[in-house]
Amino acid sequence: MFNTNEVLETIDMVEREHLDIRTVTMGISLMPCIGATAEATAKKVYDAVCKKAEKIVKVTQDLSLEYGIPIVNKRVSITPASLICAPFAEKSHLIGKALDDAAKAVGIDFLGGYTALVHKGMADYERTFINSIPEVLASTERLCSSVNIGSSKSGINMDAVKLMGEIVKKTAEMTAKNGGFGCAKLVVFCNAVEDNPFMAGAFHGVGESGTVINVGVSGPGVVQHAIDGMPQADLTELAETIKRTAFKITRAGQLIAREAAKRLNAEFGIVDLSLAPTPARGDSVAAILEQMGLESVGTHGTTACLAMLNDAVKKGGVMASSRVGGLSGAFIPVSEDIGMIEAAERGSLCIDKLEAMTAVCSVGLDMIAVPGDTPATTISAIIADEAAIGMINNKTTAVRIIPAPNKKVGDEVNFGGLLGRAPVMPVHGESAEKFISRGGLIPAPIHSNKN
Amino acid sequence: MRAVVTVVGKDKTGIIAKVSGFLAERKVNILDISQTILEEYFAMIMIVDISDSSVSLARLAEECAEMGGKIGMSIHVQHEEIFNAMHSV
Repeated sequence: MFNTNEVLETIDMVEREHLDIRTVTMGISLMPCIGATAEATAKKVYDAVCKKAEKIVKVTQDLSLEYGIPIVNKRVSITPASLICAPFAEKSHLIGKALDDAAKAVGIDFLGGYTALVHKGMADYERTFINSIPEVLASTERLCSSVNIGSSKSGINMDAVKLMGEIVKKTAEMTAKNGGFGCAKLVVFCNAVEDNPFMAGAFHGVGESGTVINVGVSGPGVVQHAIDGMPQADLTELAETIKRTAFKITRAGQLIAREAAKRLNAEFGIVDLSLAPTPARGDSVAAILEQMGLESVGTHGTTACLAMLNDAVKKGGVMASSRVGGLSGAFIPVSEDIGMIEAAERGSLCIDKLEAMTAVCSVGLDMIAVPGDTPATTISAIIADEAAIGMINNKTTAVRIIPAPNKKVGDEVNFGGLLGRAPVMPVHGESAEKFISRGGLIPAPIHSNKN
Repeated sequence: MRAVVTVVGKDKTGIIAKVSGFLAERKVNILDISQTILEEYFAMIMIVDISDSSVSLARLAEECAEMGGKIGMSIHVQHEEIFNAMHSV
């Protein structure tokens, strides 16, 4: 039985420390929706999402009230759409429109899975599908897209990397009046996971069952508060406290996930133990690192602090839930974390340091604005660097980068809401064009040969 | 089904009477009460049985929060499982 302090602690976590369930995401297999024509498929896709996710908003509202824990986002992820669109790839935009309409109809803010998996090679229909991404992201509101361009097992598909640099640029240009907002809905992955509940990179993998509930928990504020009262503690003690805190947060997530799955007639998939910040003060991963003793995130020591934080969160979370999955780690999206925004503004956090940080946490270079005149090949090279870190270290890495149209270093792009604002950060001016133009496949590393 | 009712705020006369009366009107049965005064602050935790409640748990949570606002107290009603999940291994 719990005691008074535990009850009050839980309420404090919610009221003062921003504890929340960041997302309840329903994964839906759309394989049965592939029809004879694009038009027929679009209708089936719309009907399937509307039917399966019909109650997701109501159910999560009830759960939030009953358990007294806010559930911030309700979302849907679907089978990678390039598979659904394969027979009529030139009409992929019709499926994109149907998905966006379905998201609006069920009242969710994002639907993920306008996705292609091309980590080893790219079929013609996949190239056609990827080429549709800029227009689809510009003409839809709630649809998110991702492309997997590499894996530890297959290597890095550099033809896809080259193409994605161009697609990112084109997406920014086509959504220029919103600061290149389309790019905030586009993630380029290495080692993409099939059960990620977080946007913009969520999709429902082909190895998953029909309908699944995956939950992403959060709570950087709770972790920050927990170590706030330990100024003299050594790092072993800090790690222990973070573990205990992650345990509690994850348990709350698992409870909600199981109950949501039951009420929505879906399977309980996984709990994703990620520390996901929001732009609100007191809900920042950067603030945790600074609480550990850094004057500013981005300075020397940041990578070590983040490595410890990421590992402690996982250890606490794994103890708390038997079904851990998704990305599971600390997120460092620049625009969505007030501490990161401020560090970037004061110049203590640069892209090179962020890249190093991505080697020890999930996920990658996330929500970073760069000058609008950054060449596509430079963006491809940034993607290639991140993919290399993921491939060699057997982890997921991603790039969600916004070459903000008509903006230069020192300017800012403001997306509002949970996506926050991003100071435009400098990139290296020297060209990587010849490297990117070579194309081909970077072979898988030797340690991928485990059979 | 059991829930936990938490009432926190500045101490004054009649808090328990108001809260318990409000719960009784909704056929919510109080199983256990613990109450302390921390400095000037009143903190009460009730374990209640809502099996016969005339309203759903979600609705009860909303109504209690609203009533709490009227009497200047913060009132939460939560399914007891959340505390079991978070605080026991």
